[in-house]
Amino acid sequence: MEKQKNNTDESKLVERRKQLLEVTLDGLPERKIGRLERALGPEPYRILKGLITNPLSIVGFFILAIFIFIAVAAPVLAPPRKAATAYRIPRDGFHPTPQEPGTVWESRPPPVPFWYEPITGKEEWVHLLGTTSGQWDIYYGIIWGTRTAFKAGLTVTIAVVLIGILTGSISAYYGGRVDNVIMRITDIFMSFPFFLAALTLSTILTPKMGRSILPAIIALIAFGWMGYARLVRGDILSVKERDYVMAARVIGAGDRRILFRHILPNAIFPTLVVASMDVGTYVLSFAALSFLGVGTEVGYADWGQIISFARDWITDLADYWFVVVYPALAIVFFVLAWNLIGDAVRDLFDPRLRGTT
Amino acid sequence: MSTYILRRVLLLPLLLFGTTILIFGMLSFLTPTERSALWVQNIPRNERQVEGIIRKYGLDKPIYVQYYIWLVGNKDPETGEYEGGLLRGDLGYARSASQPVMDIIKARLPNTLDLAIWSVLPIVVIGILLGVIAAINHNRFIDQVTRVFSILGWSFPTFVFALVVLMIFYAGLGWFPPGRVSDWANQVILSGDFHTYTHILSFDSLLNGRFDIFLDVIRHMILPVITLSYLNWALMLRVTRSSMLEALRQEYVTTARSKGLKESVVIFRHALPNALIPVVTIAGFTIVALLNGVVITETIFNYPGIGRAAARAALNLDVVGILGLTLFNGLILIVANLVVDVLYAVVDPRVRLS
Repeated sequence: MEKQKNNTDESKLVERRKQLLEVTLDGLPERKIGRLERALGPEPYRILKGLITNPLSIVGFFILAIFIFIAVAAPVLAPPRKAATAYRIPRDGFHPTPQEPGTVWESRPPPVPFWYEPITGKEEWVHLLGTTSGQWDIYYGIIWGTRTAFKAGLTVTIAVVLIGILTGSISAYYGGRVDNVIMRITDIFMSFPFFLAALTLSTILTPKMGRSILPAIIALIAFGWMGYARLVRGDILSVKERDYVMAARVIGAGDRRILFRHILPNAIFPTLVVASMDVGTYVLSFAALSFLGVGTEVGYADWGQIISFARDWITDLADYWFVVVYPALAIVFFVLAWNLIGDAVRDLFDPRLRGTT
Repeated sequence: MSTYILRRVLLLPLLLFGTTILIFGMLSFLTPTERSALWVQNIPRNERQVEGIIRKYGLDKPIYVQYYIWLVGNKDPETGEYEGGLLRGDLGYARSASQPVMDIIKARLPNTLDLAIWSVLPIVVIGILLGVIAAINHNRFIDQVTRVFSILGWSFPTFVFALVVLMIFYAGLGWFPPGRVSDWANQVILSGDFHTYTHILSFDSLLNGRFDIFLDVIRHMILPVITLSYLNWALMLRVTRSSMLEALRQEYVTTARSKGLKESVVIFRHALPNALIPVVTIAGFTIVALLNGVVITETIFNYPGIGRAAARAALNLDVVGILGLTLFNGLILIVANLVVDVLYAVVDPRVRLS
């Protein structure tokens, strides 16, 4: 008797479920899936769409576009004396007192850009944003420093992501002892304060490699990859359990093929997102290192270093504000652009906030 | 939970060992002349002295022997006494400061500690408060303002913010000078009447009953504290906000509301304590980061802490000096991380179970 009742209940349930399914499916408006969405996959498409509709990230992209323009057009915006030494900021004498914005170049001015005369009606090239102590031209330094910022930020980010993917995927895929050893190595690297460790390594590398942007970049890479390794490892460990990986293994795909064709493409996306958020941080760390005087030679076009010239004039900064303010604006806006984009991405990625923001 | 803590504690020696290996690896990049700073304070003047040092301290021996000597010290074959050695608390000489690295740490750690103590309170309290306010007003105007505020804080390089603060409050208004204390206060401190109890100046001045010196110390610390606070609020605020948002969506909050409790009670008694769990970790790491010496802030405000010593060593390419400081900080960080993780497990039952 009881058994029969159960049976009828179950069939009722099945019936009800069918009804529900039909109703919901019928009620839903059909959504068109565009070519772009098909090419990218649903998740990247959602992120991309969110990015170009979010006002904060639009501002970020806009600022970034300006900086890209400045970097590309540097030789036109601030023509160098010689192309070979373009990254060396030209000096106008050696006087320790900074000069106001708009002061005329006196000794050996670099070539005047073609747009200058039509706009201002003057022939003489001036220090558009003034000079620092020691007469380095601030405008020139900011323009060419944009290239340095892109170089440093992107090189470090790409390198740490690659190292992270390599170590993380080896660690996750092989597991066991290999995993253990790699994870303990990341632990050891993580047990140093990031900035201090990078400062130390670039101090060691500078005399060995000569003064350039390389020591600081290498130091930032050496102490920056661990987070990515852990992230990639975690993502792979979760992707590894999916059915399609099992299916690939069943049909006899090799280790390498499974790792590179099936697991990595699916595990890599979150890593790239985190990387986009970190570019700003790396630019900041790089600027901070050169602010402390590690790495590049004196007079190299680099925002951190231009600001460091202001330190000799701390008591008179009320008069010589431009020594700090202009290069500072460059750094802050550059990093802000990356952070605005990164912030929007983070919200799009946070499953807890999905549908609320 | 005890297995979790046990596992972490057992990993500790391994981490400490690995840390020394890494530092030693960096040391082996150096020329013998540079490395001689591990043992003697003065730069060797000629080749013969360098050779003497190499022979005496075994710098030409196999790498594992060198590591052993570096770790336990060099045994004098005649007297049998040990010289140097990491385990005996000797980190070599910082030639940039003309003193042993350990002396730098002893002299400056209290200063860094002083700054850290006074920074933690505003960072944690105001950071959490702002995060809660942002979460309560989710997606309203205040939320957007705090959001922009925190992204800005995140985007400001320390040195830019510090210089701007210095420009306004020191060069412009003349209110808060850089440095540690004023000259008159320093004279009092160096005179015999001033007792050092804790070596932390702000406490010592109070214990000595010198309220004027205490005020002077605070006056010098305000700008670095503002700088550190602003830069760390961003993170504090973000974490509190998102974890508070999550807590406010939980069912027990709905239950509390439907019981007819006042909104303030719901927020501060029901949601906040649960939302604070991840904040505890962040606060822990912030304190650890502050303890590790804040290189840029101390350098710009001319504050004699460990960070400034490290910056100075770096500028003078004093590798043994900066490696010693980094090693010391690394060791602190390892132990502190362990403490934070264990505390986290104690606070959050969910971690304990997994």
